[in-house]
Amino acid sequence: MNEVLQGRDASPRRPGCGSGGRLGEASLPAPAPEGAGAPGFALTRNGHGSLLELSIGPQHPSTHGVFRMDVALDGERVVGLKPVFGYLHRNHEKIGENTTYLGSMPYTDRLDYFCSLTNNWAYALTVEKLAGLQPPPRAEYIRIITAELTRLQNHASLVGFLLQDMGAMGTPLMYAFREREKVLDLFESLTGARMMCNYMRFGGCRCDLPPGWLEQAKEVVDGFPRFLDELEALLSENEILLSRTQGVGVLPRELAVSAGITGPMLRASGVNYDIRKVDQYGIYDRFAFRVPMGDHGDVYDRYMIRVLEMRESLKILEAALRDIPEGPIVDPKAKLRGFRPKAGEVYGRIEAPKGELGFYLISDGSPQPYRYRVRPPSFINLTVLEDMCRGRHVADVVIILGSVDIVMGEVDR
Amino acid sequence: MALKLDELKPRVEAAVPGAALQIVPNPIPGGQPSLLVDNAHALEVARFLRDDPALRLDYASNVTGVDWLDTVLQEKHKVKQVVEGVEREIEETTEVKRPGYLEVVYHLYSMELKHGPLVLRLRTGNRTDQVSVPSLTPVWRGAEFQEREVYDLYGVVFDGHPDLRRILMWEGFKDYPMRKDYVEPDDYEYEPTPHDEVMEKAKGHYPAQHGV
Repeated sequence: MNEVLQGRDASPRRPGCGSGGRLGEASLPAPAPEGAGAPGFALTRNGHGSLLELSIGPQHPSTHGVFRMDVALDGERVVGLKPVFGYLHRNHEKIGENTTYLGSMPYTDRLDYFCSLTNNWAYALTVEKLAGLQPPPRAEYIRIITAELTRLQNHASLVGFLLQDMGAMGTPLMYAFREREKVLDLFESLTGARMMCNYMRFGGCRCDLPPGWLEQAKEVVDGFPRFLDELEALLSENEILLSRTQGVGVLPRELAVSAGITGPMLRASGVNYDIRKVDQYGIYDRFAFRVPMGDHGDVYDRYMIRVLEMRESLKILEAALRDIPEGPIVDPKAKLRGFRPKAGEVYGRIEAPKGELGFYLISDGSPQPYRYRVRPPSFINLTVLEDMCRGRHVADVVIILGSVDIVMGEVDR
Repeated sequence: MALKLDELKPRVEAAVPGAALQIVPNPIPGGQPSLLVDNAHALEVARFLRDDPALRLDYASNVTGVDWLDTVLQEKHKVKQVVEGVEREIEETTEVKRPGYLEVVYHLYSMELKHGPLVLRLRTGNRTDQVSVPSLTPVWRGAEFQEREVYDLYGVVFDGHPDLRRILMWEGFKDYPMRKDYVEPDDYEYEPTPHDEVMEKAKGHYPAQHGV
């Protein structure tokens, strides 16, 4: 049942541009051996002359937030790269341990502020596992619809930002934001907020769909393939995009698994692992969708995976908008006030647009969690940034980072 | 699909001689118990869990720390005592002091066989001078940044980590903010009309004016 879409027949690979790219396979350094980790800079001499240490960021438009990379350059070539973060650190986990379970829900919006609804869902799902709550079917459908809409707008904006990083100034990003705007309008009429939705509750959702919302959502979903077709016609076979992305930032399959990479980035490296299929949380087992996978693990595959995932999300959305039942939206057992789960611990995870978003909670029976931990996908996906960038040019670093898809609110927490 | 620890434990013990394993129960319904491993054999056990063909736990999803303070546990025993010439069972409560420790928790999954999680725990000797555990980054690269984060926020030292530096706090920061006994710095700023918590802080700063 786990139907897999290996690459794509029509994928316009330039001849002789397998995984090697412009530099050729031989000139790329071998992937780091197991356990070697990231070696430190040899910032003195490497036999070719002295190295230049360049600090990119934190205030740089291509770093997607306050993120810094200490790059060691041999000429134009990257020989070492150390990501530096924490500029946005506010100790989200400590705040979560000092407030009630429900009190953390609005804070989860601020983790990955592009995808507040999936953050809400991951947290709600974990607490439901801890307290033994079961959301009613209508709430499950609403969760799937909002999560897939979130995935659509996240991937659309990521593609826009990636092209902006490549030098396609403005236009693709504005096209993507036009589509994102329609999805945000839906979120606004449902939750009252465009980005900080704070919508899920333990055992269900905060409020029911407003009248006419489903029809509006259908309109957005029906119009989306046209945007994707247009985007692909302009970009997917664009010569500049191909030459900038193919063979750039290759992430080998073994390294991707060992480094705990998740989400579209993992699947672009050819690993068939989608938590929607593996865990089948919520009611994902009721929907037919395919898991797109890449062959090469380069930036182009990561771009393409996102485009294909948007098409699969549209299938889920069409089915969910058609089949959503009437009924209650909250488990009657759920308590809004005086919520004290029994002592114990739980780890819950979902397939967020950026990868595996997990929450780990330890309850000691009090109204506040003893331990509240967020497993942030974009933070862990940065582990291999150095491995992907070594041997490439500075201009490639920018698009490799762009293809990882990070949001600093989640990386720094 | 979760793994059954009672079946797994003897297999690990057979594969890694001398490893002291302990199953830590999880009281919630359907809760996943975890496997506590002694520090001396942690690396070997981790390699076994990753390479064993039936397990293939090739993916360390979540690595995190937990701070357990010194606590007094109340344990109830049933004791036989002779009361007025008749032997009876009496419940006695004894207080046991449990010294605090730091804990590192790993959630392991298998991407190849699509099962998991297996929860692995490592414990430090105490919270002050024996705070090191072996790093599992050589086995799972995905632990690299997360172990750095645990070091940064909890002060657990990972022996064998390739690049153990602070990651979210800045270099030169002294304390470990996620510990339960962490005291926030006094960042009082003058306010013309203080109240509540700010008032309390103001009293400390302007004792002569009673905080006003």
